[in-house]
Amino acid sequence: MDALLTPAFGTVVWATVAFLVVMFLLRKMAWGPILTALKEREESIAAALNEADKARSEMTALQADNDRLLQEARAERDAMLREAREMADKVVAEAKAKAKDEASREAENARQAIATERKAAVAELKAEVAKLSVTIAEKLIRTELSGEDKQQALVQKLIDESPLN
Amino acid sequence: MSMRFHPLLLALSLLAGQATRAQHDGHELTEGHASEGVHEMEEESGFDPSPFIIHHVADAHDIHLWGEGESALHIPLPVILYSEKYGLDVFMSSAFHGHGGEVKHTEDGRYEMSHGHIGLAGAHDQHSHDHGDGHNHEHGTELYDFSITKSVFGMLFIMALLVFLFGRAAANYRKNPGQAPTGLTNVLEPLVVFVRDDIAVPSLGEKKAEKFLPFLLTVFFFILFANLLGLIPFIGGFNITGTVGITAVLATFVFLLTSFNGNKHYWGHLFWPPGVPVFVMPIIIPIEIIGMFLKPIVLMIRLTANITAGHIIILSFVSLVLIFGESSVAAGYGVGIFSTAFMIFMYCIELLVAFLQAFIFTLLAAIYFGEATHEAHH
Repeated sequence: MDALLTPAFGTVVWATVAFLVVMFLLRKMAWGPILTALKEREESIAAALNEADKARSEMTALQADNDRLLQEARAERDAMLREAREMADKVVAEAKAKAKDEASREAENARQAIATERKAAVAELKAEVAKLSVTIAEKLIRTELSGEDKQQALVQKLIDESPLN
Repeated sequence: MSMRFHPLLLALSLLAGQATRAQHDGHELTEGHASEGVHEMEEESGFDPSPFIIHHVADAHDIHLWGEGESALHIPLPVILYSEKYGLDVFMSSAFHGHGGEVKHTEDGRYEMSHGHIGLAGAHDQHSHDHGDGHNHEHGTELYDFSITKSVFGMLFIMALLVFLFGRAAANYRKNPGQAPTGLTNVLEPLVVFVRDDIAVPSLGEKKAEKFLPFLLTVFFFILFANLLGLIPFIGGFNITGTVGITAVLATFVFLLTSFNGNKHYWGHLFWPPGVPVFVMPIIIPIEIIGMFLKPIVLMIRLTANITAGHIIILSFVSLVLIFGESSVAAGYGVGIFSTAFMIFMYCIELLVAFLQAFIFTLLAAIYFGEATHEAHH
């Protein structure tokens, strides 16, 4: 049992020497290069991943930009359409109003013309009627006052009728 | 040699009954490497699992692949000894001659090996051979054992493997900068990233993590690979991270790094904890100081005990088969089936533990470094 539990002198010496030699040897020719290589590779992988990430975000930004542009274009188109429609409506409305105005003015003119005509006609008719009635009256008078007695009777009558007293 | 030989264990569990029968018939036991204990004890009261298990988890001077006694296949390892008496001596462990559990001697009669421990010949009788720290203080003669033992050999192998694998991975990175990893690099990279992002950075912060990462990565991969090597069957059952000498060194490095990097804030907290009433100080300060040493010690014990315990559990299941097989052949078969099922289960757990212990050791080390370098902000 002692053989198991007591460190043997020779073993300790060999182990110390071998371990030191191997550790320095490995540090120089293995651990150094391996760890450096690992680190470099990890860094390059990390850089590559970063780059990919950046590219992806750039892509997204680009996409968003495109979308925004498209949206803007669409909005602009809509605005233009609306404007055009409004303009057309306005034009039509204006034209309508103008036409209506014209029509009413025309009607007014016509009405005034008619009124003038009527006045003229009435005036003319009045004159005609007056002339006619004078003529009739003349004729009547001529017949009434054709004899002396008839003239006398009339004078009497007029005297009777006048309120001289 | 460890018992992590699954295919072999499977066969062994089923053969255990036959093996014991063969033993009863007086035949030489050839089946199963696990029978050394049986071999040693057969004259007396049957199979004793304790020395059998200890033999398989303890460090050794050779790699015991399989077989017993004369037919055993051992890979000898270099023995490096220094003593004032004989100076530096280097030879292979196969130079020791002798049988089984007996004391083995070298041909020149200078050294002897008993239970895997080498001492100067003749000194053995006077001192406890289980001393284990490689020193022999008797008779004014000291023996320093610098042998490449099984665990040291395994450790050196893992270290070489680390340098090779990560050297190639680094070359890959240099060749294809900025590219996705392929092949070997692809396997190792998640673990490196795991240590960096889930252990070092949360405990230390981005900036200080860089400073401690070489240590943390080396420790993590060393423990992980060593744990996994211990799970590979048929190669001698390495128990590297279950060898206390090796984990002690790892823990000592953690302690030294913590102490050398400790800032004013850290030492202030240690020797004069803020917000604590003065009359409690005599209690708190010793506790804090003991805690400073206790942390790495616990780190060492946790790793060693976990890995060794896993090996011991599997060996215990093998021992069960042998014990029951001794009493009756049928019991040997019956227990063998269940033991094998449990061993397979344990094996899965051990795979998890291999990762878990590497993770915990590294995480705690990182947390201790983080405490030591933490800036005051209140």
